[in-house]
Amino acid sequence: MSTIQTIAGENEQHPDVALVERARAGDVSAYDTLVRKYDRQVFRIAQHITQNREDAEDVMQDAFLKAYEKLEQFQGNSKFYTWLVRIAVNESLMRLRKRRTGKMVSIDEDVETDEGSVPRDLADWSPDPEQNYNQSELAEILRKTIQGLPQGFRIVFVLRDVEGLSTEETAETLGLSIPAVKSRLLRARLQLRERLSRYFRRKKGDEK
Amino acid sequence: MTCSEFIALLDDLIDDSVSPEIRADLQNHLQGCEHCEVTLNTTRKTIEIYRSHEIYDLPSNLRERLHAAIMARCKKGC
Repeated sequence: MSTIQTIAGENEQHPDVALVERARAGDVSAYDTLVRKYDRQVFRIAQHITQNREDAEDVMQDAFLKAYEKLEQFQGNSKFYTWLVRIAVNESLMRLRKRRTGKMVSIDEDVETDEGSVPRDLADWSPDPEQNYNQSELAEILRKTIQGLPQGFRIVFVLRDVEGLSTEETAETLGLSIPAVKSRLLRARLQLRERLSRYFRRKKGDEK
Repeated sequence: MTCSEFIALLDDLIDDSVSPEIRADLQNHLQGCEHCEVTLNTTRKTIEIYRSHEIYDLPSNLRERLHAAIMARCKKGC
């Protein structure tokens, strides 16, 4: 079976590498393929960070244009996708800084919270809790809940759990240490769980 | 194993990066602790829900518009 989706062996080349090489040589259609492959992810990451649709549209364009300009600098020792995500995160943070002039926006500030400790809430959830809501209600609940997380936790959760980066890639992308990524991920997951319990907890009469 | 020790290893358990010995300790704790069992199951579910639902959709007309703008600039050399 194909091993494309597994972590490529040392000598195995990721399919993006050939596309990047073609794009560098002036083949715009190869870059077109890369844009189509990753545009949804870039847009999603930008939305999660900026929490603003227009900003996310601008970030998506700027990130892909910047990546195109800097294609010569792409070393190939990291994945193109991880490299692109780093550009998208930086563009998103820059956009936030512009919007909140004077106010520092940083993902490396640590947030004091006790929500990473043993949860107090013991409520179990309904068997398929998302079925109690229609698609748009559910999307709204998920958006509202994740938007309430501190920025530094939210970005780690999105990169690691939603976009599928490894702990090491997330650390590299955000310029954080691996222990910092792990600590934020645990707190992000527990806080989201606790907040979602409000909507998904088992109600009286639910079947076990 | 206490609940705090269990929670400290929760991510490693979810991400399947624990040694067989630690896994056995965690399983052992789970058998006697409903609190941690609920926490584990609902945390797993939290991740699964966020993975499987698109909360920031990119509609196809917007996607095409952004795509056209990007490629037009790339063709001009940015």
